[in-house]
Amino acid sequence: MSEPRTRAPFGRRLARVESKVELGAYALLTVADRAGPAGPRPGQFYMLAAAERWGGDGERPYLPRAFSYARVRPAGGVGDGAPDFGSTVDSGCMLEFLLEAVGPGTRRLAELEPGDAVWLTGPLGVGFRIGARPGVRRLLVGGGIGTAPIVCLSDDVGEGGEVLLGFRSGRHARAAELFGTPADLATDDGSVGRHALVTELLRERLDDGGSGTPEVYACGPPPMLEAVRAICAERDVGAQLALESGMACGFGACFGCVAPTRRGYVRLCVDGPVLDASDLDTALFAGAGH
Amino acid sequence: MTRPFELCGVPLRGRVLNGSGTFDAVAAHRAFGDELLEAFPFDAFVSKTITVEPREGNPPPRLWESPAGLINSIGLPNKGVAGFLREDLPRLGELPVPLVVSVMGFSRGELGALVAAAGERDEVEMLELNVSCPNVETGLVMGADPAETAAALEAVRPLTEKPLIVKLTPSATDPPAVAAAAEGVGADAISLVNTLRGMALDPRTRRPWLGAGTGGLSGPAIRPVALAQVAAVAERVRIPVIGMGGIASGRDAHDFLAAGADYVAVGTETFRDPTAGRRIASELNVISREERGFSEAAVT
Repeated sequence: MSEPRTRAPFGRRLARVESKVELGAYALLTVADRAGPAGPRPGQFYMLAAAERWGGDGERPYLPRAFSYARVRPAGGVGDGAPDFGSTVDSGCMLEFLLEAVGPGTRRLAELEPGDAVWLTGPLGVGFRIGARPGVRRLLVGGGIGTAPIVCLSDDVGEGGEVLLGFRSGRHARAAELFGTPADLATDDGSVGRHALVTELLRERLDDGGSGTPEVYACGPPPMLEAVRAICAERDVGAQLALESGMACGFGACFGCVAPTRRGYVRLCVDGPVLDASDLDTALFAGAGH
Repeated sequence: MTRPFELCGVPLRGRVLNGSGTFDAVAAHRAFGDELLEAFPFDAFVSKTITVEPREGNPPPRLWESPAGLINSIGLPNKGVAGFLREDLPRLGELPVPLVVSVMGFSRGELGALVAAAGERDEVEMLELNVSCPNVETGLVMGADPAETAAALEAVRPLTEKPLIVKLTPSATDPPAVAAAAEGVGADAISLVNTLRGMALDPRTRRPWLGAGTGGLSGPAIRPVALAQVAAVAERVRIPVIGMGGIASGRDAHDFLAAGADYVAVGTETFRDPTAGRRIASELNVISREERGFSEAAVT
C-alpha cells in the first residue's frame, strides 16, 4: 500500500480564517486554504501560526503549532474570478481545526476572528492507512482534542466505521457533533454518555463477538493511546495510533518530535504521526502529547 | 543576474546557507516533493553533523519554546559515517547547490577518519568541523580552547584538499582567539555561532524538561550575542566568516554582513518558514541594491 500522504506545497502560505465557532470547551476554526492541495489524508497535519502577534515581539508563541485537521470540504470557487465550474484547477479546500486554548499558541489561535490570516504549512506527515480489505471491522477511537483526526477518518470510512469517543465532560463532548455518524460517548464525569473511559467501550466492543476482523484507529491523550495499544496487543488486534509530540518544524528538519519505537527513535512529523501500534512498546513516553 | 559569490573557491549563487542540523533535505523531499529541489532555499547545503558511529540522539523531550527562541537537545542523531556515505550522500549530491558535510569526532583520530572519508567523495565540496564536543582523550571541548582547536585542525588538515570550515562554539572564553588559532593552521573559513547552553524546567515538576537536562538555545533570542561574536571574530581573521544566530530577515542578515560576516546561515527561522532561506536572500538583495543605489547616487 502506498503511503497515505498528500504532499505539501513547499513553504508556508497565508490563509484566511473563514469562521470560528465555539463548540463547548473547544473552538472550531475554519481556514480557507486556497493554495493548498484539496485532498489531505486523515491523520495528516498542518503547522499553524497567526500571521500577527506570533514571534514578532520577542515573546511566545514563536514556533508554529501542529494540528491534525478535523474536517475538509471543497473550497468552493477559485479566487480571481476564474471559472470553477468543471475546472480542473486545484482550488484548495476549507480546513477545520479543533482548538483548545491551553497554552500561548492555542490561546492566540483561539483569539482569531473571521478575516484574520494564518500561516499554514501542510498537509504534513503520514495519515491513517485505510485499506479496502473485505471483512474488516473498523473501530475509531477518539479522546478529547484527539478526536479531531477521527472526524475526517470517520468521513472517509463511512457508515461501516464504529466511532467511540471519550471526553472529560459534557462541555468537551460537544465535539461529537462534528461526526456525520452517531458515536458512542463516554465522559469522565458521566454528564454525557457512559460514566467510563473510552477504552472501556473499546474493550467491550472487541469482546462482543461481532463479525469481522477488528482494526482500531485511535487518537487521544498518551494514557488513552497506551491503554488502546495494550488492549489491542492482548487480543492480537491491529491498531494505528496518531501520536503527538512537540514539534518545531513539522517537516523533519529539527529532529525534535521523536517517539521511541522498536526500530529506534522516529520523527512523528515525517514517519508519523500515525504509527502502527505493533511498532511501539508504549505510547506513553517522555514528551508524548506535548 | 548578479555575479556569483565564491566561498573558499567554491562558486555560490548567493550568500545564504543553512546552519548545520537545521534542515534535512531528504526528509523535506518526502514532505514537499520536487518543489524542494526546484526552489531550494539555500545557496549551499550544510548537512547534519556526522559522527563515526551511528547515534540515536537524546531521549525526548527534545524541544522547549522559549521567548523568541528554542532550546533543543537533539543529540546529533545520525547514521554514522558509513551509513551516511552509503544512503544519504548520493541523495544530497543531487541537490542543486554545493554540499558541505559537517563532522564531529570525539578524538583527533575520529575527526581525521571522518574528514578523510567524506573529503574523498566527489559530492562533497567542503567540510565543516563541529568542534563543540569534548575530546575524550583530553577531556577538553575541542573548540573551547585555541590550542586544542589548532591541534585538532593540524591533525586533519593534511587529510583533505577540500576547504575546511571550523564551526566555533560560543561557549569558548575567547572565540576570536580560537578562530585565529584555526586560521593559523589552515582553516579555510570560520562559522559561528553554535547554540548557547540553556535549560528549561517542567512547570509542574520543576525538574529539567529536556530529556538530556540542558540543551542549546537558538533563535532571535541569541541574535545580539551572535552578532557580537561574529564582529569580534571577523575583526581577527582574514578567512571568510559565516555568521549565524537568530537571523530571521534580510535586515538581520544585512546586520551580520555589516558586522563583518561574508556569508550568513539560517536555522531556527526555517522551522517557522520552510522557505525562509530564500525569503531572507531576496530581502537581502533588495537592501543591498538600495544601498548600492545610495552610494552610486552619492558619487554622482
